Amino acid sequence: MGIEKDAPQDEIKRAYRKLARKYHPDVSKEKEAEIRFKEVGEAYEVLKDPEKRTAYDQLGANWKAGQSGFQPPPDWDSGFEFHGGGFTGDGASGADFSDFFASLFGQRAGGFQGAHHAQHTPGEDSHAKVFIDLEDAYLGASRSLSLRSTALGKGGCPEIKTRTLNIKIPKGVKEGQNIRLQGQGSPSLAGGKAGDLYLKVEFNPHSIYKVEGADVSLELPITPWEAALGAKVQVPTPAGKIDLKIPLGTSSGKRMRLKGRGIPAKIAGDFYITLEIALPNKLSDKEKSLYEALQQEAGSFNPRAKLGV
Amino acid sequence: MGNEVINIISGVIVEEDESVSLSTLCRCCSLPVEQVIGMVDQGIIEPLESKVTSTYWQFSGDSIIRVQAAIRLQRDLGINVPGTALALELLDEVKALRQQVSSLQRD
Repeated sequence: MGIEKDAPQDEIKRAYRKLARKYHPDVSKEKEAEIRFKEVGEAYEVLKDPEKRTAYDQLGANWKAGQSGFQPPPDWDSGFEFHGGGFTGDGASGADFSDFFASLFGQRAGGFQGAHHAQHTPGEDSHAKVFIDLEDAYLGASRSLSLRSTALGKGGCPEIKTRTLNIKIPKGVKEGQNIRLQGQGSPSLAGGKAGDLYLKVEFNPHSIYKVEGADVSLELPITPWEAALGAKVQVPTPAGKIDLKIPLGTSSGKRMRLKGRGIPAKIAGDFYITLEIALPNKLSDKEKSLYEALQQEAGSFNPRAKLGV
Repeated sequence: MGNEVINIISGVIVEEDESVSLSTLCRCCSLPVEQVIGMVDQGIIEPLESKVTSTYWQFSGDSIIRVQAAIRLQRDLGINVPGTALALELLDEVKALRQQVSSLQRD
């Protein structure tokens, strides 16, 4: 948490609150925000209690030297369910602490949990992220998703459970949207309905397309003669190739819009093509002399006239 | 490690749900009605048609996500309902500005 070992309790509280705001997953745009937020919470859980703090000061060093240390699962972010609770505050449920802290302080002792689950209360909702390709948003797709979640096993020890879900990704989903899978969250501990599973959709970065909401854009290189003379060229789109007519005398940077060819959401997005004139790296002698002839012919054209030079 | 395979399941895109009733919203967010009404009073979410009595309120699908975010902010950062409303509005603004910056950087 970036504080001195002998920092007074109120300084710890201030540092914690500042970091909690900074890394709160609803606030922060940092990639690792969720993990950082959890780490900060765990650290505070220890530091706010003078007894635990002393225990950690003593054990902490040995733990670092002796053991391999706790590692979050490799693809934590995409496959790990996190539940609603699990954070410090009044009457913290103590869920979701990493193994190290759990084993050290037994945070997970079932007692707290019970209070939240009166009879027939539904199970908690779970949240996870699913990464898809842009093409999946165009066509729809199915994904097999392995979700690991922690649950209390026999004797109150946390156990990691894996379950595999085959999920249909609906066509037209946009980045940041949530898919609700009814009844796929945590089972109820008291005979009620299971909670829902919310999957937040993230797009894998694409090598050629950029996505903004439902709109998709592409930079399309064209030759100088295609720009000058007009042409019909093939353009890739996530839904397949299309033919595009480039008008006569097109300047570099011109943006063309194909209405409704973006992500087929309820209100379909548009597909934007930015034309970029590309030149071959090397010119042959003949090409060079042709360009020189062109220069002679079109010498009066000054594209910088508006700039006053 | 238990590993069970379930058949293909499909879900709904929460944000594109036509409308969600007050009771569905409460169920999806595990929140008592009074608290959701409190959020409406602070403008965190708005019913699609506000003239009808609360029993008949309908909300846009993304209200679920917004209320869930509000709950997390309140619980994790200890802010009250008006503070949450302010935080969410500012976050909306930041999001819009970020989008503007990235589209300006591209042009």
